[in-house]
Amino acid sequence: MTRFRGWYWFVLIAVLLVVAMIAVARGAITLSLTEVMEALRSSGDPTTIAIVRDLRLPRMLLGALVGAGLGASGAALQGSLRNPLAEPYLLGVSGGAAVGAVLVFALGITGAGAVTVAAFIGAVAAVALALAVSRVGARGARVDLRTLLLAGVIVGAFANATIMVALARAEPNTMRGALFWMMGSAADATWRSVTWLALSIFAAGGVLVYWAREIDVLSLGEETAASLGIDADRSGRRIFFIAALLAAATVAAAGLVGFVGLVVPHIARRLGLRAHRPLVIGAALIGATLVVAADLAARTLAAPTELPLGAITAMLGVPFFLVQLRRAA
Amino acid sequence: MITVTDLVVSYPRAARNAVDGVSFVAPAGKLTALAGPNGSGKSSIVRALIRRAEVVSGSITIGEADLRTLSLAELARRVAVVPQREEATFPIQVREYAALGRYPHLGLWRTASEVDQSAVADALLQAGVDDLADRDTDALSGGEWQRVRIARALAQKAPVLVLDEPTTFLDVGHEMAIFELLYSLAGSGLAVLLVSHQLNLVARFADTIVLLNEGRVATSGTPSDVMKADRLETIYGWPVVVSRDPAIGAPALVPLRRPVSL
Repeated sequence: MTRFRGWYWFVLIAVLLVVAMIAVARGAITLSLTEVMEALRSSGDPTTIAIVRDLRLPRMLLGALVGAGLGASGAALQGSLRNPLAEPYLLGVSGGAAVGAVLVFALGITGAGAVTVAAFIGAVAAVALALAVSRVGARGARVDLRTLLLAGVIVGAFANATIMVALARAEPNTMRGALFWMMGSAADATWRSVTWLALSIFAAGGVLVYWAREIDVLSLGEETAASLGIDADRSGRRIFFIAALLAAATVAAAGLVGFVGLVVPHIARRLGLRAHRPLVIGAALIGATLVVAADLAARTLAAPTELPLGAITAMLGVPFFLVQLRRAA
Repeated sequence: MITVTDLVVSYPRAARNAVDGVSFVAPAGKLTALAGPNGSGKSSIVRALIRRAEVVSGSITIGEADLRTLSLAELARRVAVVPQREEATFPIQVREYAALGRYPHLGLWRTASEVDQSAVADALLQAGVDDLADRDTDALSGGEWQRVRIARALAQKAPVLVLDEPTTFLDVGHEMAIFELLYSLAGSGLAVLLVSHQLNLVARFADTIVLLNEGRVATSGTPSDVMKADRLETIYGWPVVVSRDPAIGAPALVPLRRPVSL
């Protein structure tokens, strides 16, 4: 199997930077590298500066952060749940977050952070529900991991139904806003949303990186983890919670971008990353690259029509998921 | 040394206690075996030892310390356990896998020192898997995997080693190799507590056998004390004779035939 070499990090970062540069340069008006660099330094044509600094740069950064958050979340979930098919989207986390966000839309609540807070509450509610269903053993102290995955899928289906009901009598505007959540998009990126997302991703992602060695031990199974001095249930629950938080933050910023959290950790493992500290960081870098590239495709493939970002990532992710499922069978 | 005193372990909604007043000692430098039929409470004792099952009453003492006064990390520095089951969902390099045995010493953030690295190297060497160090865990045979798991436990450098059915699914050669390894580890001063179905092998290698039945100690002592045909017949519900193994004269259990008429 491939061994990860130190210089791979430079390649991962270089690929991300190149894709990011292309994403900033390409669009309705295609810019040259020189024009982009000048605009970043606030010199040159004012229109170009506006396009780069107010539109494309925040959008690219938002996409990168969403990908990083989903990749890191997926890597932590797969390791701690010992399931190669675990990811925030399939575990109902994202669905729950979307219900929260859509309810805020449907009820016409506006105001700073309302959507973010609602998405987070929705995600926590979905996680709590999935966890409650999968409790087994003495006083519900243990969580059955296979049940947790199934429960997450079912909670996700329930979340979709809730969204449909909430939207049944919605105004066309609300409907459009809600669809934005369902399909995922980085189009509404602002520096404000980028800042908030960056703070959440670095905080929650940092916690996962800090706990990474615990994920290594948890991935050996509950009994082995217990024998190595880890309270497997408590530790598994809190990693699940932080990974859910990470996913919720991305949903609040860009809606449902599915399958990134599933695909990316597998790519990172293919490159030879095994221990979860480098794995979580590597998955964040690869996730960022993937979503920036997918968003570039969403903007440019059918221009001037913009394709939904979540649909692009799903089209990449679903075949991958099926192959994984086939391998697991 | 592990001292178990009047231990009672029970699971919720269970009709009877899984372990119901068991006492025994697993001293340093000895191989102590826990044997008995399915459901006799062997694994529950191991689970209680790693706090995965609730101790209702009685006590488990590790050296001088009561299990309840130890944190999980302190416990893991004193007792290394190879549990019965372990699924390796994501393959890792054998060396990295064995290095996870240092977790109780390192915690979340400390980097491995020379002490940690030499503990891992020693463990791989002792378990006879140092030549597999660069392989991935999904490229191992059943016998290799069990030895690698033992290496991971040895890397903990705990004075007590507990193994739950380490030779299930192994062929005779690999099974013997594991028993010889455990025998030598006990000889090197570890307190080895082995849960095993393999009465005949246990009778050849163990210093003491604790034979459990329905959560209680049916009998314990040296292999010759424990391996009595009438007692084993009652416990296992099957006619047996006890003979002598031709190599070293250890007691050997031979189950008799009892044909089924259809």
